[in-house]
Amino acid sequence: MQQAAPKQTDTFVDWSTKEDVEGFAAMLKEYREGRYPENEFRRYRLHNGAYSVRMSEDYSMVRVKVPAGLVTPLQLRGFSLLSEQFSIGNIHISTRENIQMHWVVLDDVPEVLRRLSEMGLTTRETCGGTIHNVVCTPTSGVCPNESFDATPYAEATARFFLRNPMTQSLPRKFKITYSCCHKHGRSHTLDVGIIPHTAVVDGQSRRGFRIFVGGGLGTKSLTGHLLEEFTPEENLMYTLLAIVKLYDRLGERKNKFRSRLRYLVQLTGWNKFQNMILMERSVVRITQSAQVRLSMDRAAQDIQRPIRVSVENETARPGYARWESANTFVQKQTEYRTVYITLEAGDISASHLMDLADIIQEYSAEGVSRLGLGQNICIRYVHQDDLTSLYARLLDVGLARPGALTMASTIGCTSTTSCNLALTNAHRLAKEVQRKLLEMGLDQDESLRGSSIRISGCPNSCGQHAIATIGFHGGGGRVGRDSYPLYNMFIGGRDDDIGAIGTTVMRVPAKRVIPAILRLLDVFREARKDGDDLKSWIHRVCQGAESTSLEDIKKILAPLAEAPSKDQDPDFYTDYGNNTAYQLKTGRGCTA
Amino acid sequence: MYRLTRVISDVDTVRSGIKDRSIRIIDVRKPQEYAKNHIPTALNLPLENLLADDSPDRVADLAGSLGIQKETPVVVYDNAFGTLASRVAWALEYLGHPDVTLLEISYGDWLRMGLETDDVVPEIDPTEYRANINSGMLAVVQDLESQNPSTILVDNRERLNYLEQHIPGAINIPYRAFASPNRVLCGAEEMRRIFTGRNINSDSDVITYCGSAGTLSGLAYYALKSIDVKNTRLYANSFQEWKNLEKPTEKQPDANYWDLSEE
Repeated sequence: MQQAAPKQTDTFVDWSTKEDVEGFAAMLKEYREGRYPENEFRRYRLHNGAYSVRMSEDYSMVRVKVPAGLVTPLQLRGFSLLSEQFSIGNIHISTRENIQMHWVVLDDVPEVLRRLSEMGLTTRETCGGTIHNVVCTPTSGVCPNESFDATPYAEATARFFLRNPMTQSLPRKFKITYSCCHKHGRSHTLDVGIIPHTAVVDGQSRRGFRIFVGGGLGTKSLTGHLLEEFTPEENLMYTLLAIVKLYDRLGERKNKFRSRLRYLVQLTGWNKFQNMILMERSVVRITQSAQVRLSMDRAAQDIQRPIRVSVENETARPGYARWESANTFVQKQTEYRTVYITLEAGDISASHLMDLADIIQEYSAEGVSRLGLGQNICIRYVHQDDLTSLYARLLDVGLARPGALTMASTIGCTSTTSCNLALTNAHRLAKEVQRKLLEMGLDQDESLRGSSIRISGCPNSCGQHAIATIGFHGGGGRVGRDSYPLYNMFIGGRDDDIGAIGTTVMRVPAKRVIPAILRLLDVFREARKDGDDLKSWIHRVCQGAESTSLEDIKKILAPLAEAPSKDQDPDFYTDYGNNTAYQLKTGRGCTA
Repeated sequence: MYRLTRVISDVDTVRSGIKDRSIRIIDVRKPQEYAKNHIPTALNLPLENLLADDSPDRVADLAGSLGIQKETPVVVYDNAFGTLASRVAWALEYLGHPDVTLLEISYGDWLRMGLETDDVVPEIDPTEYRANINSGMLAVVQDLESQNPSTILVDNRERLNYLEQHIPGAINIPYRAFASPNRVLCGAEEMRRIFTGRNINSDSDVITYCGSAGTLSGLAYYALKSIDVKNTRLYANSFQEWKNLEKPTEKQPDANYWDLSEE
């Protein structure tokens, strides 16, 4: 079957500036010539998305923000070549719609930034005390539950705050996410989470939002508060400005461990802080000299199905049903599907990027793709009649891994593969867990749908372990003089509208994490009632509303925590992806 | 600071050279690939054939059997980002051949552009080729060991290979860095930026190496030559020989970087 390529979609927002690119090159030159102090350069480098890499100042991790997750086939091809030229031949997709290239030589960063800029992309304000990437759920615009498409608002927000003098030196990072509806996305665990909402005001249907403030994940995770029942759209930017201004003015600047917005909210008390935001907003409305307005194009998208030269029906290849049930999402435009590409812990190779770019052009009626929030990529507007053919294409190139929307697609942060703070290799563990669950066919278990496994390599929450049904963060254990990698296990976190932070269960040695997950599933299967799902069951366990208690689970899993001697089981004392004895080792954090 | 040396032949030059039979084109792909189709008038010299024995006498015989004379402009191509072609071109240049260049695109792109192909093996008159060795182009293991501190050793393998193991003191510029999206070598301006970023300029003394045969580093040799870095040598026996001789190696410590690649 042959399809004609649809029109090239090269129209995108140019997020880059020449000044940023040239500025970085000039700064690096001064630094190399010893005319710029190391700490100053470090802050500058981080503000521009060039992180240091594990135990080395010679390399950088380059983080590229993709506002609202919108990425074109042309950009994917660009990343493919860039990754081979300056990185390790693949890229990493983060949980906040960033694209990361690891092990880039610091001296190559100016060239990388230049080429990213040619692709319309920037690394600016992806690290440090500023507003990081403005995220938008990939189902915005296609979700049957949404009030309206949040995408243009997310892009307008990103455009408003990027390089805004007000956001250049906030106490710490600040994260804003738009969700299509209360079920998708994680509005409750962010500095600011925004959900489109339509309300009838004075007999007229009006667009607006529900805004959640002061949530966040980390060593201390908290859920956010709803600011008001309805924030009309004309108040959106004023509200965001008010929150950012308050944070800039009052946020903790000395102790970086208490400087995120959630601590300010906690310290102030929500009722008081809520009033402060509303007061600040009225001040902003009156005093803002230039009117802050949404600049966006609300013209209906012109979606055209790619023209098919031949319309012969492709018979479904083996595995199609399994893939279709968990990797596709029926859009509100009912003849179309959104297709999820499952990756392993967010890694995708240069050649797969080329394949994907072609496939998007051939199959997506909108001709672009969206980064997902699960370290994955979405191809939207795939006509339902094209699904079998698309599956065959993905299968041929090796991108048809099932289980995207199930617990099997495990999240794992970068951890010891590149990060300075990591204690364990959560990246590889996430891959191992995913492979095991897919091998066991657990992606097809309906009762596990809606649950998640998320793994971080340290207590900081890049792997978002606190909002996982089953979450883990890395640590180190010790028997006499021998160290071994281990994980703190949490259950009952939720990223949906209930929004809960996981409850600590116990410390599980790294090499016992997979058995612990499987054992917990056994307990669930024995205890569940008809139609019960894992997520609800664990939630009730954590609430003390089940016959199985948290203590029962701890008891059942306790034998897994026992450490064998090094002679009995040398493998126990090594981490995944490494065959030498485990050593607890970290470097300096990236917070400027 | 830089002058330009011609290391590339563009498509138009090659096509007119085919018409007036003024150039010798060498296809370094496998014999069966060549047999299917190739650029008209091209002769086949598979890289494996050359590498089987690349002593100067043997290469001179090969050049003679391809009808190459001292004044014949030679253009080499492959379908592997210019890396295999570079190794063959380098061998001819080492032999003392004055005019040898790489085709600016790969054979795959030649086909995609719909340019003419042929399955005819042209008849040629063998010549006697007299070598005049260009010894300044070659680095041997002793050159690396007694390395002048100002010599810059460049590893052109992929980044992960380099992180895992490399010759002590080497820097890494993966061979793909020299390409543009559809040319085997990018333009001079871009090329200069890449090298000056790594402190390499026209006065530098550079040795390139790669995994085994000097292909990836052969491309690097021409990348450097394209911006006239005069003192460029190829360590043709590369890392394979270095390891076989049990010379010391270095790796990037404390990181499980290999897990970032898809297995």
